[in-house]
Amino acid sequence: MIERDVVIIGAGPAGLACAVKLKEIGVSDVLLVEREKKLGGILNQCIHDGFGLHNFKESLTGPEYIERYVERLKKFNIDVLSDTMVVNLFQDKSMILSGPWGRERIRAKAIVLAMGCRERTAGAIGLAGSRPAGIYTAGVAQRLMNIDNYMVGNEVVILGSGDVGLIMARRLTLEGARVLMVLEKLPYSSGLPRNIVQCLEDYGIPLYLKTTVTKVYGKARVEGVEYVSLDDDGKPIPGSERFVKCDTLLLSVGLIPENELSREAGVEIHPITGGPIVNDTYQTNIDGVFAAGNVLHVHDLADWASMEGELVAEFAKRYLEGELSKAKRWIDVKAGKGIRYVLPHKISGERDVNFLFRVDSPYKNRYIIVRDKDRVIKKRRVINLHPAVMENINVKSEEMKGIESLEVMVE
Amino acid sequence: MTKEMICILCPNGCNLVVYFDEKNPDGFKVENALCPKGKEYAQSEILDPRRTIATSVRVEDGEIPLVSVKIDRPIPKNKIFDVMREIKKLKLKAPIRSGTILISKVAGTEANVIATKTVERVK
Ligand SMILES: Cc1cc2nc3c(=O)[nH]c(=O)nc-3n(C[C@H](O)[C@H](O)[C@H](O)COP(=O)(O)OP(=O)(O)OC[C@H]3O[C@@H](n4cnc5c(N)ncnc54)[C@H](O)[C@@H]3O)c2cc1C
Ligand code: SF4
Repeated sequence: MIERDVVIIGAGPAGLACAVKLKEIGVSDVLLVEREKKLGGILNQCIHDGFGLHNFKESLTGPEYIERYVERLKKFNIDVLSDTMVVNLFQDKSMILSGPWGRERIRAKAIVLAMGCRERTAGAIGLAGSRPAGIYTAGVAQRLMNIDNYMVGNEVVILGSGDVGLIMARRLTLEGARVLMVLEKLPYSSGLPRNIVQCLEDYGIPLYLKTTVTKVYGKARVEGVEYVSLDDDGKPIPGSERFVKCDTLLLSVGLIPENELSREAGVEIHPITGGPIVNDTYQTNIDGVFAAGNVLHVHDLADWASMEGELVAEFAKRYLEGELSKAKRWIDVKAGKGIRYVLPHKISGERDVNFLFRVDSPYKNRYIIVRDKDRVIKKRRVINLHPAVMENINVKSEEMKGIESLEVMVE
Repeated sequence: MTKEMICILCPNGCNLVVYFDEKNPDGFKVENALCPKGKEYAQSEILDPRRTIATSVRVEDGEIPLVSVKIDRPIPKNKIFDVMREIKKLKLKAPIRSGTILISKVAGTEANVIATKTVERVK
């Protein structure tokens, strides 16, 4: 069996950045595997700008962002197998690759999971009624319009205010469709505030909060939807049903990390993030199996996914060199009051950690607190917290000396 | 006058509070901006709101049927649909190199339309 030092699964922003970084820091035996013909993952269909503000200090479109990494990949002569899928992954860090060239089992000393995420579908949210044509997830519609040259519809209702849906509201409007409304069941948008402004307000598209679709009409093609207002408990308010005529319903109801392979290999998955449980070296419960990007937790920015890929490259290198000593003990990181999840999930206390977290609802003028029982380790004031925005707080190993537990919370 | 707005220049999306007086443009004050760009944004948003746009254009004989394009600088908001109409008139043949200027000074603005993706030719 062929054995490689590092195999990276998935060539989106996370996998690409990880591969380039590994070469930069002197790891020469790297293989990057991608199931699509083109490298770059989801960003190939994200033709709008706003990428690279952190990593390249300019606002690039998705394809341009990818191009920057692909150029470096070529410069470093990195081994890439595209049009090749990892179809099975095993606990002993071997895997089966399958492509037009055939099938082969290879093994890696270190694996980086970078498979990205997929969209929640109508099934996942339990929408009642018939299934006529004209219902798409926002990401599929984005692909159809931006890659395959297929216009998905003329009169569109968007269910869910996730960023992909907001971006598509603007895209459809520019292409001449009428986006009638965006409906969100929560009392706040789940997309970034800037996207509410530049994708909805700019084009006069209304966003109705605490509202959802209850029924889809139409046999062959969508002919309209029924929507209702929701009360504070999220229950439909009787008598608030309204009907709107439309030929297309887009669903933008969330993204889930893509972890079929990880599960198969025995990687433990976190119930909230849907991604692997990792420690402060981004290693999963299997030694030498790392995770970065949307496969680990859904990022709101490709830049962060790339940065995570680079961070993991450093850890993978040290792992190969036998320098990532096992921690004496692992401390579970607790997501306290106001926090939906925190990453990494386990820390040794011996390493500086940049905790990444999301809050469970919007807050104004609060403190983010990191504490060990009653001892406050770190406290930072924040003006605005929004569930759509990933937050971070840095803690140095000195500050964690002697801790017995660790909790991140909003106060 | 006081106005609240969200700066859209970066994902921080700062909630700006803007104080201004139409008769005295120097008395422009912006609060809650995490960086100096917030003030520039607020000024432009009140005096001359601008946006960039991205779309795609049909390509003949390409490996994929569309090439993605963008404009290389912000245009006045009310020009967006004029610019879209001009872009839709383009007829392109592969190969197209990323970075190529496809229309210069589109629809009487200062902006150029440039390809953001390379599309190779297939026979
Ligand atoms: C529809 C959609 C639209 C988005 N729009 C935006 C946006 O506008 N702005 C933004 O900042 N972020 C956006 N995101 C989030 C964006 O995906 C992430 O910021 C970023 O792309 C994550 O990078 P990644 O490398 O983790 O994953 P991805 O970009 O998803 O890359 C994962 C790669 O792994 C490959 N892969 C998966 N499984 C296998 C396998 N078994 N074998 C081989 N290869 C495999 C996939 O083909 C893919 O190329 C969007 C996400 C989605 C789903
Ligand atoms: S003010 Fe600066 S930091 Fe805040 S959103 Fe605008 S550009 Fe970003």
